[in-house]
Amino acid sequence: MTILPSPASHPGFWSAAGMIAAIVLSSTTGEVLTAAAMKSIGDLDDIRAHSGMKGAIRAVVTCPLFFAGVFFLALAFFALLLALNHMDLSLVAPASASLTLVTNAIAGKIFLKENVDRRRWTSAVLVCIGVYLLAH
Amino acid sequence: MAHHRLTPQQYFILALVALCAPLGDTCLSRGMTALPAITLAHPGTLVAAVFTPWIAVGIALLIGFFASYLTALSWADLTFVLPATAFGNVIVALLARFWLQEPISLERWAGIVLITVGVGFVAQGPSRTEHPSKVAVEEAQV
Repeated sequence: MTILPSPASHPGFWSAAGMIAAIVLSSTTGEVLTAAAMKSIGDLDDIRAHSGMKGAIRAVVTCPLFFAGVFFLALAFFALLLALNHMDLSLVAPASASLTLVTNAIAGKIFLKENVDRRRWTSAVLVCIGVYLLAH
Repeated sequence: MAHHRLTPQQYFILALVALCAPLGDTCLSRGMTALPAITLAHPGTLVAAVFTPWIAVGIALLIGFFASYLTALSWADLTFVLPATAFGNVIVALLARFWLQEPISLERWAGIVLITVGVGFVAQGPSRTEHPSKVAVEEAQV
């Protein structure tokens, strides 16, 4: 059996909440910006059919929103690394993954004007609880 | 109002998103735990780690995940793609149970059931929100 090293120090409640909030917020911002970028570009399958793989890659890498999204996703990754340095994986992974689903549903409705109806809310909440139970 | 029904190819892309991320993470985890402890004092060992088989496969899977994730976001809503692809967690848990013979607690089985029901819920609905102005433009083009 492999014994993983425990985190360097156990932070207080507010520090732990702050670190998880940093992951969730930067991840949600990154996801929303990336989704907005892909919506503005259009269906990649159609672009690939017309302009080939090079055309599809060019469409993505010439979109500034895409890079803004990747920047925030990278920020979320480093926030996750920082949190893992202070807290157990069994707390950080399920908490951030499940909370991100709910914040994405809220952000999708507000910023992307997506139709988050009762079906999608129910799904987001069920998957959120499911991910927490599965990873805890 | 146009309903966006997914084609078999689009379901395949969603399956790639769902599978590549957890499998890639698992490969990275397996590769990194097999290596001796890496410190910032020797960053070169981190670069060398990229060329070990498990980590290289993990990176390839994560590149595949990101490409298919971007493709999915180009024709489906974020609030559709994220719950729909959470099914990958269930597949990994089932692989751990039946392939690696790891025990699954009652809590985890409950999690598997909830995710499956949640994915079923979202998959029954439309994959994309129709904005009236865009629909008018699309119909005018047709």
